[in-house]
Amino acid sequence: MTPDVLRNIAAGLTIAIGGMMPALAIGRFASEAMRSLGRNPESAGPIASNLIVAIAFAEAIAIYALVVALAIKFV
Amino acid sequence: MFRKPRFWLLVFTLAALIFNFCHPFDIQLPHISLAAEKVATIGGFPITNTLIASWVTMAVLIVVSVLATRNMREVPRGLQNVVELVVEKLYGFVESIAGPHTPLIFPTIATLFLFIIVSNWMGLLPGYLSIVVEHAAPSAHEGAHAVEKVPLLRSAATDLNTTLALAIASVLMSQVYGVIVVGFPQYFLRFVNIRRPIAFFRGLQGRGPRTGVGSLLFGFIDLFIGVLELFDEFTKILSFSFRLFGNIFAGEVLLGVMVFLFPFVASLPFLGLEIFVGAVQAFVFAVLSTAFIAQATAHHGAEAEAHEEQSVPQPHVVSTVGQGT
Repeated sequence: MTPDVLRNIAAGLTIAIGGMMPALAIGRFASEAMRSLGRNPESAGPIASNLIVAIAFAEAIAIYALVVALAIKFV
Repeated sequence: MFRKPRFWLLVFTLAALIFNFCHPFDIQLPHISLAAEKVATIGGFPITNTLIASWVTMAVLIVVSVLATRNMREVPRGLQNVVELVVEKLYGFVESIAGPHTPLIFPTIATLFLFIIVSNWMGLLPGYLSIVVEHAAPSAHEGAHAVEKVPLLRSAATDLNTTLALAIASVLMSQVYGVIVVGFPQYFLRFVNIRRPIAFFRGLQGRGPRTGVGSLLFGFIDLFIGVLELFDEFTKILSFSFRLFGNIFAGEVLLGVMVFLFPFVASLPFLGLEIFVGAVQAFVFAVLSTAFIAQATAHHGAEAEAHEEQSVPQPHVVSTVGQGT
């Protein structure tokens, strides 16, 4: 295996594994938010804004993985 | 059947999809470079395309705010109305998190939010990445100056330097506001918390209420927590800058790849996605800055006193009354 092939594999694995966990986290956030919306529909506003912030936190992990993957691939 | 608009929509979509795969144009995958490209050099100082884009963003913000506030009226019209609406919404939003300190911290938050959202959205305009200038790059070989083509403009947040600068500004301003609101030495007690040991030794000398040896132990834990708080500030800088950079840069790469795969129509929804992502990232940056500043300005003052009153019953009151009488 040449270094280029290894580099491609490493970049792919980085974003694949690094994208998996945040996806699970975001799924949990969303399911909990939907559940609480079902219980208490009036609180849609605060739940939505808090949900976006929480999702952004979880998504940041995926973005770190993406930055690392891009660095492996292109730098 | 041929009269129905739905039928023609289907035909158009199919034609666009097929045309995407067999078209006569030669579309190449755009050159992706993690670092911003140098466009010019002024006195040894490199001018990158992201730097130019952030200057353009600043110019747009300045021009819009000058135009909006030139002939101010009691009842706003036109541009002034739009700008007032945006600022009012933003103010109400910051107030819902920061509470009474809003007038103090609002300028910083609004500046960060407006700069990021305007630069993100302007980065999606046609012209960014597509206007190319030739730059004589000093190549590694001696004497030979290779001419390379670099885009003149590139969305400001696709450069880690820009986002790092924004992150440092945000975290530094939260320290400044903490010092302004909490006071100079008191604020830094957050990082070097020596309240409990001081109280302990004062108690030993009889200049205050006696506290047990356990409080000295808790003093060490406080010191350790202070170190963690200090690291937390640096982590904030790191996560702020990587989050914004990663999202916007990934968006740009995504758009480039999508245009390479599906040059027509089918790549349009991703532009909508990027508009959404740009707004959400600006929003998240503003929310987190507000939350961190609120945390820095609101801490200990109220919290610690409430804590002491719970654990040690009214120490201050007793001592001051004793001295007074």
